Order: sequence, then C-alpha cells, then structure tokens
Amino acid sequence: MYKRLAEAGTPVAITVDGKPISARAGDTVAAALIAAGIDHCRTTPVSGAPRAPYCLMGVCFECLVTVDGVGSRQGCLMPVRDGMTVETQTGKREAGR
Amino acid sequence: MAVSYYDVAVVGGGLVGVATAWGLAREGCRVVVLDEGDRAVRASRGNFALVWVQSKGLGLPEYAGWTIRSSNAWGGFAQTLKEETGLDVSFQRSGGFHLALSERELEARANILKRLHNQPGIVDYKTEIMDRGQVAKMLPDIGPEVVGGSFCPLDGHVNSLRLFRTLHTAIKARGVTYLPSHRVETITKDGGEFRLATEKGEIRAAKVALAAGNANMRLAPMVGLEAPMKPERGQIVVTERLRPFLNHPVVTLRQTDEGTVMIGDSKEESVDPAGLTLGVSATEAERAVRLFPLLANVNVVRTWSAIRVMTQDGFPIYDESETHPGAFTVCCHSGVTLAANHALTVAPMIARGALDTSLVAPFSARRFHVQAAG
Repeated sequence: MYKRLAEAGTPVAITVDGKPISARAGDTVAAALIAAGIDHCRTTPVSGAPRAPYCLMGVCFECLVTVDGVGSRQGCLMPVRDGMTVETQTGKREAGR
Repeated sequence: MAVSYYDVAVVGGGLVGVATAWGLAREGCRVVVLDEGDRAVRASRGNFALVWVQSKGLGLPEYAGWTIRSSNAWGGFAQTLKEETGLDVSFQRSGGFHLALSERELEARANILKRLHNQPGIVDYKTEIMDRGQVAKMLPDIGPEVVGGSFCPLDGHVNSLRLFRTLHTAIKARGVTYLPSHRVETITKDGGEFRLATEKGEIRAAKVALAAGNANMRLAPMVGLEAPMKPERGQIVVTERLRPFLNHPVVTLRQTDEGTVMIGDSKEESVDPAGLTLGVSATEAERAVRLFPLLANVNVVRTWSAIRVMTQDGFPIYDESETHPGAFTVCCHSGVTLAANHALTVAPMIARGALDTSLVAPFSARRFHVQAAG
C-alpha cells in the first residue's frame, strides 16, 4: 500500500517485538512500522480493538508504542535510532514501563 | 410536560440534589429538581470520588458517626441503584490510606488521629497507624521515601461521574421532573406554598430542599435559613489508563475502575473555576511519584480545577426553617461520601416534614452563632 520515495535515507536497524525491521534515517517510528507492513501497533485499553498510526502529526495518539522499555510513546513524533527496540502494546499500559 | 406544582422542589441538580430527590421519590413525593444549565460551576463533575471516613470529625465528633453511617449504607445504596438503572457505580470499600513521606508527617498524622479519637462521644472507626513494612504488604509499589501511614478499613471510592449519571437516570425512572436551565432567582412563601422564580418561569411546591452547594449561601436567607460557605479550589491530574496496581485508595491518589490514576487534594482560595495553577499540579504529580515511583513515566491525559462546596467550618448543614416551615437545607462538602445518607436518611425526614434532631441536630447552622458569640 505504501511505497518509499527513491531518495529514502540510509538504513537504520530497529526491532519490533524482537524482530529486526529495516527502517531508514529520517523515518519516524510510525513511518517505519507502516513501511514494514505492520498493520497495527496496539490494542485499545477499552475495547481491545486494534489501532494503527493515523494522523502522523502528534494529534490522534493512535500510534502509541513502547520504545526502549517506556510505554505509550507517540511513534509518529520519534525519529528512529540504530538499535531502538519497539514493542506493540496490548490494552492498558503497565505502570513502571 | 412538567406540571407546575410539586410536593418538593429540590434546588440544585448536583450529587446532593439528585441523591435527595431520589430518596424523596422513593417516599412517594412528587419532586422537581431545579438546576442550572451546562455551564454551572458543578462540583459533582470535578470531585475526587472518595467515600471517605478517616480524619472526619475533628472538632465535631458527631460528624464521624454521621460519615460512618453513610459509609455503612453505601454498599446497599449502590446495589439498589444498580437494580434500578442497570448501572454500576463501582463502589469499592477496600480500606484507604493516608501515606507519610517522613517521620514528621507520620507523627503529625498520628497526633491528628489521637486528638480525633480523644473527643468525647466519638465513634471508634479503627484507623490504625502502620509502619512501612505493614503498608508495603498492602501497597507493594510504594517508594523508598514512604515511612508509613494510617489505614482505615471503612474507606472506599466510587466512579463519581458514573454515580452522577446513575442518580440522574434513577430519578428519571422514578418520575422526578428534572428542569435544567432553571436557575432559581428568588424564593417566596405564599400561603402554604413556596414560589420559586426561575429564569424560565415560576415553580410552586409545598416544600423546598436547598441543595445548591455554595449557592445555598445566596438562597438560604430567602427562606429564613443560613448557609455560611467558604468555597475553595482543588486541582486534579489524571493519567492514562493503566493495568491495576493500586488495591486501596490513598487520600491524594487513587486508581479508578477504568484504570486511570487520579491525583488530587490541593486547596487554593481562588474561586475561578476556569483557572489552573500549574505549580499546584506539578507539586501534586511530584508527590505522587514519590509515593509510587512507577508513575514517573506515565502520561498525564487530563487535568482540571473545580470549586469545592465547603461550609465555613467544613461540616454539613441540615436545617429546617423556623420562619418558613417546609424549607430545608441539605448542604455539605462530601456529596459523594454522604450520598447514601442524603438518599436514605435525610430525604425521608424531608418527606415527613421534620428533621430527626437525634440524628442531625449537631449539623444545624445555629452552631455558627455560638462560635461568633464565643
């Protein structure tokens, strides 16, 4: 569904739920998830429905993920970094992570 | 359509008003609730939702007994509301804590409880001082600075927004007429009936129950009553929904049935309901993190200020007018904690037309004259 621009940046190695995916320099976490074909990044704390990045500008909070052990980060506002570990979230966040 | 004559007009559609109205309807009264509109400064939408016993009654020991009475009735009250509406207000009476972050705070806490329990006629409500080890068994996530606290097994909490909705649903189901945007401007007594002038016309009723929170100060003198108030502002910080980690409410911090953590208990003299003092929120949050360090990285999703309904000495006011028989005040700070009393004890008294002085005499506003004379 999505296609990278030809001038995409240099490769950056991150993991999502332990699996390596290839991101590019300049990607946000949300963009990297979309480019990797990951169809949802969390389930909601209320109904458990799946959610994916949506507004990509910090407004909708749909792209919440756990980044380097800290939960409920807005993936669309965080540039990827080499070695970053991203985890999808299930339901309510656990306090302390 | 609303008829224009009622047995009782309840002035105020917040928690105190609707709890009273529900109790009156259960007694068979034809009831109208006169409320302000959506822009009303409404404590019932901003409160902290504790059903709280510990600390209540220093200076007026009967208030402890009155609070325990409501706390004991709360379980049945919640159950009845659930049967009538299908809505669960999530009342939990798991016992609550007051936590201390230093030996000095713990000592101050112990002294308050000692003074409270040393009052003649006080009901012992079994609040105990716990050391850090005892607290940690019940609250395993406390931070290293917590030295201990006090625990009262009678304390609990509810989902107070749902309580507000549930009571409104319940009064509707019982045929109470609810009239929003009917701010009461004046009350007069003409012959045997009260006439309440509102922005949308006149309402007549045989009796009047003033349950308008801080606005009772304006309304009470119209019917020969008084309600000396001292409104104050409180602020609340709310986190995102978290997996359950806190099994007991703390007086300044609780986890709701839906998972959010509410942090509160500030006091400011300001009565501007739209203002928010960031320093106050920051202090509340900082203390919350010292109590429970796992909250450090949690996201705040909402913060608000609300005006507390507060009488001048903090204790409730229940009165019947001598000059205007049939006019009553139902006025207090703790509209959540005392909701069961207002519904199950005070409303039947108003329905009968006389307050039971053996229960509520200590809460007459006449006490303010004694203080002024002294």
